[in-house]
Amino acid sequence: MTTESEFVPDADRVMAVSLGPQHPGAGHFRIKLWLDGDYLVRSEPDPGYVHRGEEKMGEYRNYIQNVPHLERPVILDSSNILLPYALGVDELMNSAIPPRAQYLRTIMSEANRIISHMYFLGILGIFVGHSTIIEWMMGDRDYWIDFAERIGGARVTFAYIIPGGVRNDMPSFAVEKGLKTCDWFEKRLDEYDKIFLRNPIFLQRTEGVGVLTKEDAIRLGATGTVLRASGVKHDLRKDEPYCAYPELDFSVSTLDAGDSWSRAYVAFLEMRESVKIIRQALKQIPQGPVRLKLGPQPRVPAGEVFSRTEAARGDMSYHIVSDGSPRPYRLKISTPSLKNLRVLPHILRNAHVADIPVIYWSENLWPVEFDR
Amino acid sequence: MSGTKQPAAAAPQPNPPASPPATPAPKAEPVRAKELAAKIASKFPEVKVDYMRERRLKVTAPSSKVKDLGTFVRDELGFDHLDTVSAVDWIGKNEFEIIYFVGSASKPGLEDFILAMAERIPRDDPVAPTLIDVWLAADYNERETHEMFGINFQGHPNQSHLFLPEDWNDIPPLRKDYVSPGR
Repeated sequence: MTTESEFVPDADRVMAVSLGPQHPGAGHFRIKLWLDGDYLVRSEPDPGYVHRGEEKMGEYRNYIQNVPHLERPVILDSSNILLPYALGVDELMNSAIPPRAQYLRTIMSEANRIISHMYFLGILGIFVGHSTIIEWMMGDRDYWIDFAERIGGARVTFAYIIPGGVRNDMPSFAVEKGLKTCDWFEKRLDEYDKIFLRNPIFLQRTEGVGVLTKEDAIRLGATGTVLRASGVKHDLRKDEPYCAYPELDFSVSTLDAGDSWSRAYVAFLEMRESVKIIRQALKQIPQGPVRLKLGPQPRVPAGEVFSRTEAARGDMSYHIVSDGSPRPYRLKISTPSLKNLRVLPHILRNAHVADIPVIYWSENLWPVEFDR
Repeated sequence: MSGTKQPAAAAPQPNPPASPPATPAPKAEPVRAKELAAKIASKFPEVKVDYMRERRLKVTAPSSKVKDLGTFVRDELGFDHLDTVSAVDWIGKNEFEIIYFVGSASKPGLEDFILAMAERIPRDDPVAPTLIDVWLAADYNERETHEMFGINFQGHPNQSHLFLPEDWNDIPPLRKDYVSPGR
């Protein structure tokens, strides 16, 4: 932490402090804090340290060239940031995606959700001083990365989901690997529950901390785990089904308390559902082609589309405007982290300084994702 | 999607996969684009419908009416959850288009619906009213649109840079006449 020499003029006892932008764990992001002793009077997020101009870059590249750079803002969840883009371009081109590709998109999306949630819970553990869980999560996460690597060919940035389908088919041994990982992981989840999520010390640090009510969650535009932890049952996989989700059986996890613990526990419950989805999808995936031949520079008819999907952190959406040329005229990326960033100053109010990391990370914010 | 079939030889499994495929839970009667457009038109006859799809509706309102329309769709139609604010630089027509994408988190039947509420303003005098009073969540999105397009949101309490450096002294970068370095 570095202190700044600015004070709120009418209150001498209030001290302005800057958290970040080099805070370990917070990433490249700063929160301006105004403190009265140990209490936060006010806070103001200051993003922008890793802004890359993805939207402008999108206007210079054609629809296929856009695939690899669009996943950069959130490499942890790289399939889920590409999925709404692919769905949007598919809708503009009016393409009918082969069923096998729909299943593969679903499988990769769910594998990425687990990979992202494990990272989230691991880091949350280290933020409250639980050093076992980060080792477990990081270690176990690798099995899911191995599984995704069998399908996507890379470990983190797969560039797998593309307009017109997916890049390549899944080898048959990936099914066996996936089913084995599912079985093993379900047992492992019970252990996480005991050692970490129901751990009395973790409960003390997170229960009742950073409460977000249902009304405020809607008013402030929260999404994803943050919204569902506040008791709003809103999940686009159910509400606006896409890909293979309508054919799969799973439930939406919600909790009512809206505190930091609920936000963590909703993510934990979602991993269980993701395992269910992956297992079903691997068992009932149909045979057939996995992508349409679009050619290297597909021409997208003029039009406008707003596509959205449920990414690991929440509602990921794109606004794509095409003027009929091979490049998007406008490519707006709306990420769940930015939607949840709008909530942060609100739930930080009146918090203790020691609770800042817990509240901040319980929202599962990712600076590169909101900066784009 | 339709036409998906089960694999031909679906051997009996200990936990048989949902077959026939599980259908999503039945929902309340979805409020469709046409009905919504009619409701909006009855109150705001000057609003123009741009497109209607199964789950999307885009309308364009005059800039002076946007705030009233926003309040109406939030309170009367149930669009209480702002997704994002986008803008498009139509340099050929010398116009900016600002679009508010709003959905609903609480009204049954609207959870799959997005209303796009657009307004067009002249490029030479890019001023639009802020909608923070209607959707508090518009704060950061309007700030972003301000710095990226140079649109002035009247009534917005803080239009300082969100993502751009404080000392950015070029034209706003998402305008079409801004050319990225090296291009």
